[in-house]
Amino acid sequence: MLNEIGVSSAEELFDVIPRELQLGRPLNLPQALSEQELLTHMNALAEKNKRPLSFLGAGAYEHHIPSVVNHILMRSEFYTSYTPYQAEISQGMLQCIFEYQTMIAQITGMDVSNASLYDGATATSEAAFMAVNVTRRNKVLVPWNVHPQTRQVLRTYCNAAGITLIELENQDGLSLQEIIEQSLDHDTAGVILQNPDFFGCIEDLQGIADIVHNNKSLLIASVEPISLALLKPPGQSGVDIAVGDGQSLGNPLSFGGPSLGFMAVKENLLRRMPGRIVGQTKDQDGRRGFVLTLQAREQHIRRQKAMSNICSNQALNALAATVYLATLGKEGFVELATLCMNKAHYAKDLICAIPGFELAFDSPFFCEFAIKCPGNAENIAQQVLQDAQILPGYYLGQEYPELSNGLLIAVTETKTRQDIELLADALAKAAVTGGDLA
Amino acid sequence: MSNPKNLLYTETHEWVKQDGNVAYVGITDYAQDSLGDVVFVELPEKGADIEAGDTLGSIESVKAVSDIYSPVSGTVVEINAELEEAPELLNAAPWDTWIFAVEISNTDELAELLNASEYKAFCEDGEE
Repeated sequence: MLNEIGVSSAEELFDVIPRELQLGRPLNLPQALSEQELLTHMNALAEKNKRPLSFLGAGAYEHHIPSVVNHILMRSEFYTSYTPYQAEISQGMLQCIFEYQTMIAQITGMDVSNASLYDGATATSEAAFMAVNVTRRNKVLVPWNVHPQTRQVLRTYCNAAGITLIELENQDGLSLQEIIEQSLDHDTAGVILQNPDFFGCIEDLQGIADIVHNNKSLLIASVEPISLALLKPPGQSGVDIAVGDGQSLGNPLSFGGPSLGFMAVKENLLRRMPGRIVGQTKDQDGRRGFVLTLQAREQHIRRQKAMSNICSNQALNALAATVYLATLGKEGFVELATLCMNKAHYAKDLICAIPGFELAFDSPFFCEFAIKCPGNAENIAQQVLQDAQILPGYYLGQEYPELSNGLLIAVTETKTRQDIELLADALAKAAVTGGDLA
Repeated sequence: MSNPKNLLYTETHEWVKQDGNVAYVGITDYAQDSLGDVVFVELPEKGADIEAGDTLGSIESVKAVSDIYSPVSGTVVEINAELEEAPELLNAAPWDTWIFAVEISNTDELAELLNASEYKAFCEDGEE
């Protein structure tokens, strides 16, 4: 190749960079390995991984993913395809996204969904932007019980856009609705809630929806998709924009990503939604077809006046969610959610029967709940991991200092009765040996 | 279609029809032709107090979304609700389809607008 282009060495290609700026020596990288050496090396690294029994949740949930999901995802037509801007050759992908949108609209009880966003946190931030655009006000409220990482992303977005983000603190003796009510004013564009909240607690949204609407603000709810099989959908509780993270729908944990964010709205907000939307139409012969629609709102046409800078979606992750939901079906979806809920409640009963352990919040929950341990929860969790190779849950003290004895436990259908009993045993033992308050 | 002589015009392709102290505003034939098929019109709020040059809404066609500006300052007193169901009226009858009406607070502003021949010259200049 070098001969072809008339150059004597690869280094010569960098001659345009002034000599004094060049490194002048080879990069400090180890020698290349052969394929066999590489596989041996990677296997050795992989063997260092431990696979503890995990009850970690806090926004990312372990669910069984049926094999058919991967079979469909790994078809090269899906796996390698790019954006379906040219409808004529992308009907398959467009149809899948249309079905995804339909399912999201159905489970959230809203009129329309977009083709997905990056993740739940950015979807929530986009919803905040929407509220500001629609109401022409500049303030957004978000309470302490919304996921800390979602709030962190919100801070970044709002700061950059000059939007005032008010983070509401918990106040003893006051309900969430009362706290929101005292903070609403004529400059409030929207209120963001999470349901179930970060601690797993289920909230009745209708009351809050009423006071938010009386103030002519929008209600944004970040919801957990599997919970929608059992809980009243946000569309029936007065929510204007439903968002959330779709990881638990057919996407593995993957050490934190990739994931997808979903967003669904009522028809009156359709044109204010960021991101892509797939629509159904007819070709010149009257046959049904699918296209990207309402593109005139997007960044590549509207530029600085676009709804958002996003002009992408998480197609493959959304496809996983679609295949997953289609595989479960309406009945399977409810059955799955019921299993998760029942197992979580069984776990709660066992754990709260251990002396010193109690439920942290007096509230109904879906499949995740917070408990107070008889001692520092981080130490107890460490002990449980060491002794029983179990990850008992998320240590709440790291984000909520007043909950240094708090542990957030998630139980999904992947946990058996024995798993749950092992957890309870391990917690009981750890409470005796390792729980000194730090 | 030539630009009606009884109307005033803006460089952002709105036309203005003065009726007493109320200004009816629409878009010109040049504008609707450039936009293509209109699919949606975002109308301003009745009662809004506005300044000349404010963005009052937008017109969405199959290929673009264009802002509508107010040629005059005042208060929005009427909006054409027909456009909610039939946005295509802007293509079919641009000179007969008003979008919103403003109660004029400062009639001097009307003198700043273009007349039919000035607007025609402006459009032709733009095409070179």
